[in-house]
Amino acid sequence: MKNNLKGWLYLLPAVLFLGVFMVYPLIDVFVYSFEEGYNFASQTYFGVGEYNFSYVLHDPYFLQALKNTFILVVITVPLSTGLALLISVGLSSIKKLRELYQTVYFLPYVTNTLAVGLVFMILFKQTPYSDGLANTVLSWFGVAPIDFIGGPYWAKMLVLCIYTIWVVMPFKVLILTSALASVNETYYDAAKVDGTSKFRIFRKITLPMISPTLFYLIITGFIGAFKAYSDAVALFGTDLNAAEMNTIVGYIYDMLYGNSGGYPSYASAAAIILFVIVLTITCINLLVSRKNVHY
Amino acid sequence: MKVTLKNLTKKFPSRNKKNPAPVVAVNDFSLDIEDGTLIALLGPSGCGKSTTLNLLSGLQKPTGGEIYFGDDDVTNLPPENRGVGLVFQNYALYPHLTVKQNITFPLENRKGKDKLSKAEMSDMATEVAKLVQIEELLDRKPSELSGGQQQRVAIARALVKEPRILLLDEPLSNLDARLRLQTREEIRRIQRSTGITTVFVTHDQEEAMSISDMIVVMKEGVLQQKGRPQEVYDDPCNLFVAKFLGTPPVNVFDGEIKGGKLYIGNEAVMSFDAPDATVDVAIRPEGFTLEGEGCFTCSLDRVEVMGRDISVVAGHAASQNDVIRAIVDSDNLDTLKGDKVVFGLKPNKVYVFNKTTGERI
Amino acid sequence: MDYEKIEKAAKAKKRISDIVIYTLLTVWGIIVLFPFYWMILTSVKEYGAYNSEWIPKLYTLAPTLENYKSAFTEVPLGGYFLNTIIFTLATTAIMLVVTVLSAFAFSRLDFKGKDIVFTLFLSLMMIPNELVIITNYVTVTNLDLRNTFTGLILPSVTSVFYIYLLKENFSQIPDELYYAAKVDGTSDFRYLTRVMVPICRPTVVTITILKVIECWNSYVWPRLVTDDQAYFLVSNGIQEIRENGFGRDNIPAMMAAVVVISVPLIILFLIFRRKIMAGVSRGGLKQ
Repeated sequence: MKNNLKGWLYLLPAVLFLGVFMVYPLIDVFVYSFEEGYNFASQTYFGVGEYNFSYVLHDPYFLQALKNTFILVVITVPLSTGLALLISVGLSSIKKLRELYQTVYFLPYVTNTLAVGLVFMILFKQTPYSDGLANTVLSWFGVAPIDFIGGPYWAKMLVLCIYTIWVVMPFKVLILTSALASVNETYYDAAKVDGTSKFRIFRKITLPMISPTLFYLIITGFIGAFKAYSDAVALFGTDLNAAEMNTIVGYIYDMLYGNSGGYPSYASAAAIILFVIVLTITCINLLVSRKNVHY
Repeated sequence: MKVTLKNLTKKFPSRNKKNPAPVVAVNDFSLDIEDGTLIALLGPSGCGKSTTLNLLSGLQKPTGGEIYFGDDDVTNLPPENRGVGLVFQNYALYPHLTVKQNITFPLENRKGKDKLSKAEMSDMATEVAKLVQIEELLDRKPSELSGGQQQRVAIARALVKEPRILLLDEPLSNLDARLRLQTREEIRRIQRSTGITTVFVTHDQEEAMSISDMIVVMKEGVLQQKGRPQEVYDDPCNLFVAKFLGTPPVNVFDGEIKGGKLYIGNEAVMSFDAPDATVDVAIRPEGFTLEGEGCFTCSLDRVEVMGRDISVVAGHAASQNDVIRAIVDSDNLDTLKGDKVVFGLKPNKVYVFNKTTGERI
Repeated sequence: MDYEKIEKAAKAKKRISDIVIYTLLTVWGIIVLFPFYWMILTSVKEYGAYNSEWIPKLYTLAPTLENYKSAFTEVPLGGYFLNTIIFTLATTAIMLVVTVLSAFAFSRLDFKGKDIVFTLFLSLMMIPNELVIITNYVTVTNLDLRNTFTGLILPSVTSVFYIYLLKENFSQIPDELYYAAKVDGTSDFRYLTRVMVPICRPTVVTITILKVIECWNSYVWPRLVTDDQAYFLVSNGIQEIRENGFGRDNIPAMMAAVVVISVPLIILFLIFRRKIMAGVSRGGLKQ
């Protein structure tokens, strides 16, 4: 009896915090999402139903955010994973300067997304005083200046993708490099004695051996990209709807707070839709990986 | 394929900051390996035997010296062009491929006119699987096999490409005792039936002696002695070789040659024609006898009965080992009484070594 | 077979592949480092000089620290900084206490319902922040905790993942140590603080560092619960500076602020490089 009490006593702070800030909100978000016409000020609502979901799904801002997020996911996840694989393989095949490269590559992980995003913005932004560095470089190839920050949709999306990849690379390179290092050296020796070409070693031995890690990265990459938000804020400012660059998470926060805020019910509905999308994609990923990861 | 190593040397850069001298793993190593023989590189860990194997396979480049396969100088040739089959200590079977895929893996590397059809590869795999007796395991994954079966798959994968020589790195060390006996017979059988020149590395002298045509004893990168197992056992050229071969190990004593006689302690144990000197004397356990008149008095500790033989555990002030072990015929059991035993010695089992150099006198 | 030819070809191949690899790695290194170079470069350019460069210059011959002065005087950067330090220290400290206590309960103590609670904890790891942040926002607003440190800190102090990480580490300590301590009459709490925590110091350090990074960079929650500049953290501060500070065109001053914000974590990283990288590769995902 005494022991029971003691155990719970040690757990008390965690249980308390998790209860108030995780379990209760988790239940509450579903409640919110079905309460129609919820008024934040008076905390009253008219009825119960799926109206919030239908509102969100018909809101042009949400559809825009959905489109943006999907484009971002489809472009950045494969590109960043492929690039990270390429770099990690290069990194594992050298000895000199390896530590230095590794350290440099990890730097973006520890920097403030908002702060460095500002640097990307000025690199790509066209102002009355200057076309910016990106346009200067492009002009060497005879490309007319483009405003990547306040200009056409595809240009803004391009910058967002570039910045997103820059931000997510450190994690992927780190994880892949340690996965590559954990492949037993004798497999490579065995293949070398058998006269296996480098490319074939990579395709037939390295890739299958690191495939669990690769799939882990793809799954977390999808989840992370679906939750993109602060990268967009860093580049285009807080009013993402006006910039046509909002993301699903951005939409949720806008519904909650700010000029268009005060609608926790719509925010909850959008959050649940996001959760369902992420869950579905993750399940599909897991199914595919179960078929392809062999051991 | 005849293999020749000429003055082979391998140095590694020192990792020890205090002592920047390079580590010499293999030192001026010369050896002829006759075509079709099974040869064992034998020595304690760190003696350079694995490095020698890696130099043969081409995974490491020698610092000096030459390697010939037949008349071809392969010293600086990359491993893929040498045509060697290599079996790793941990087998290095690809865990994501089936046994069959593992075996055909080396064949799929062939390009151009050497390229094989699927059917040809399959036939070769089946054939070699039959040779090592794993035909029924072809569709399994390595993780579903026992250690002994994995070993056979690794040998099959090394053999399938019809290598010029076969190299085995500690092939039995990952197996339990019973499988070890069985597998070493198996290696011998496979080697006989293919007639392939085979080099294997081991630290276990019994393993080396039991199946090899020739053994090469190494210590600190230097070749100590080479020859047929029985020759090396019967006629060790230095104290290290004498100590390294044989179970139970050889008994070593402080001795002295005086006036054409060999003394251990105060007793002249046999006549010995050499100038006067203090020496090390090594006596094989089977070199003691209780028949006839003894000349070597030891304190009797106890007697261990082993059935056919008995092991006499004794002591002597000049012994360098904690105890002396003598193997004698079990007929002598009744004569072993009291706290003393007087042995006779078989001269061909007594070896005398220079005290400082360890060389045989 | 012409062995010499094969040898030469192999050597040439190796050299070419080395060149390709180093080129690729160096190019990516430049891409990673360039934004850092650009922000430092811009931060030391003079305002007038910067705006007169139609084609941006890759260097400057007249560096100035003027912008750093304006970063601290014209906008309350110092205040943002102080807030972030308070927020980071308090959150990390409370998180450590909560994590150590519950990891101890899960790994060392036996009590009714332990397994169920642990399973529940684990399943909470899968819940995305976005799902619970809405109610938390409402809760904090209703408790009148907006624009307070309490409101900022409390929802950020528990991390199920860190509890799990530390619990796994605690469980590896042999039971004999605990029994030995019991025989000597050591209390559970003393055993926890004097034996378990010191033994698992690497893990404790790792989660501390990861939490500090997370706190320093957190943006979403602070943005929701603070609209009074006096409580802004650096992330919100930089966004505020961008939209309302300096005048939108004083890029050099803005970059000075960015440098100031970035430097502490970069220094921390360079000191604890190995620990941080090892910790992250053990599963520390960025928020």
